[in-house]
Amino acid sequence: MFTALLIEQLLNGLQLGVMLFLMAAGLTLIFGVMGLINLAHGSLYMIGAFACATVAAATGSFWIGLIASLAAAAGVGAIIEVAVIRRLYDRDHLDQVLATFALILILSEGARWLFGSFPLYLDIPPMLQGAVPLPGGGQYQLYRLAIIGVGIAVAIGLYLLIARTRLGMRIRAGESDREMIGALGVDIGTLYTVVFALGAALAGLAGALVGALQSVQVGMGEPVLILAFVVIVIGGIGSIKGALVGAVIVGVVDTMGRFLLPSVLALTMPASQATTIGAALASMLIYVVMALILAFRPSGLFSAQS
Amino acid sequence: MSRETTVNLLLALLLLGAPLVAAGMGEPFYVTLATRVVVLALAAVGLNLALGSGGLLSFGHAAFFGLGGYVAGILATHAFNGEPLFAGIPATTSMPLIWIAAVAVAGLIALPIGAISLRTSGVYFIMITLAFAQMIYYFAISWPAYGGEDGLSMSVRNAFPGVNTAKPLPYFLICYAALMAALLLFRVVEGSRFGSALQAARQNGIRLAAVGIAPFNIRLVAFAASAMITGFAGALYADLNRFVGPSMLSWHMSGELIVLIILGGKGRLFGPVAGAMIFVVFEYVLGGITERWQFFLGLILLGIVLFARGGLLGLLSGKPRHV
Repeated sequence: MFTALLIEQLLNGLQLGVMLFLMAAGLTLIFGVMGLINLAHGSLYMIGAFACATVAAATGSFWIGLIASLAAAAGVGAIIEVAVIRRLYDRDHLDQVLATFALILILSEGARWLFGSFPLYLDIPPMLQGAVPLPGGGQYQLYRLAIIGVGIAVAIGLYLLIARTRLGMRIRAGESDREMIGALGVDIGTLYTVVFALGAALAGLAGALVGALQSVQVGMGEPVLILAFVVIVIGGIGSIKGALVGAVIVGVVDTMGRFLLPSVLALTMPASQATTIGAALASMLIYVVMALILAFRPSGLFSAQS
Repeated sequence: MSRETTVNLLLALLLLGAPLVAAGMGEPFYVTLATRVVVLALAAVGLNLALGSGGLLSFGHAAFFGLGGYVAGILATHAFNGEPLFAGIPATTSMPLIWIAAVAVAGLIALPIGAISLRTSGVYFIMITLAFAQMIYYFAISWPAYGGEDGLSMSVRNAFPGVNTAKPLPYFLICYAALMAALLLFRVVEGSRFGSALQAARQNGIRLAAVGIAPFNIRLVAFAASAMITGFAGALYADLNRFVGPSMLSWHMSGELIVLIILGGKGRLFGPVAGAMIFVVFEYVLGGITERWQFFLGLILLGIVLFARGGLLGLLSGKPRHV
């Protein structure tokens, strides 16, 4: 039974990691190409979740909702980029932090205005309801497995996009020398808008997928945003490979810490105390891991800018 | 007297005069509002030492603000229940002792956080300070002994020798004196050898190292000192509200402290004071008109960042002496 539980928790960690990867990939891409730190990325996640829940409730189809979430997040992302973000590329980090913090206030309060303070609910699509048996007994939710599948597919897709396509070539060129590709006739403004919208769509997708597991509410993006920051700091800012590795590390460490720490501590102290202390320590664990990694590699595991 | 000094003096007098008038007219609410301005300004003065003078964009100062608050709350709770703190050390409700404890705790926690975070720079520094603050936030939420998610209420305000702190005006004056002392300290530090080294560390660390001063040490001392002032403000804030909760540790709080500095004017002595005045008045006026005041705060903030760099003091007193 313990093995089954262990496998289940490992899969949960992997699923969390995959979600974080969707968030972190956009963040790290935007930072790598445009040098922008975007705190409002969590709001795009929230927008994806709200769009999916609203459209799915109206049409009765999760899949139409999923498409709507991609469109809404990418659309809002493109509008934000053109209206605000574009003016921030040449500014220092302080201005970027403040402007995107202001965007969070606007988008969160705006969402509360439109949708009210009560959470929305999103059902798992019928096709993905149910569970699959695990080796060693036990069952695992099919939907969570599907999320892991989507994450892996997106990772492969992003790799192909960046390594094999013309757009990817321009993105890589933009990372290394933006003046040069501007001089070679690439419309850098459009490229930036596209990259930002792509990152936004990934965040929206993550929000929609998670929306079916949790309630959809204002502020849901902020904890994920901060975890995504931890991910890209661990992985090395600007590196998609780093984002993937960092996301899996954070997802698995966080989940396994919450699962294992209380039982490990229970060997040395009374059970009730072990549960409390274990939970408190587990909630700090990923930050400890981050501090350890940074103590040895101050610019992350796969630093893109060395 | 330069134009900025005049503006600073006027701000200081306004901040002292308004609550005195309000108290005279029997409006204690406005005295409490002014105390809120003063305490937030004090927290931002602390951050300004790291951010304005040192160029260290810490996105985790809520950690120190909250720690200071929790020190006040925990000491007061233990004293109220008559329990010793630990190892037989008695708790206390004396404000001066609580302040010393709050400042010491904030400084002691800031040292390791600073030592790790300052190995990095730029975006990494922002995110790491944020992450450490979140770590403390989650710890406060999941540790049930001191209220966990619900926070910790204090039944009475802590005591200051010879002053009735339960009344709004005396408590305001205590906080005001603390703010003025911190501003004076800030001024002295800025003009000192250490202040020049800190400015130099911000402008060009390599050159500073070349003249024989290690930028890392200078930055670490500035970061810890900055955390200590913010921690002190946290203790005052807890006593002001007679409550301390995880929201004092949240990353929104860190963001707000940065916003205060920018609203007022970065790297200026009275920037945090002006910023806190605008912020609280704004919160109060807009909050009275609409429940959605944060939406409009966001719009205004965005406008300031994009179009009106330099904040209120930039408008009132022209360009800063040094950029």
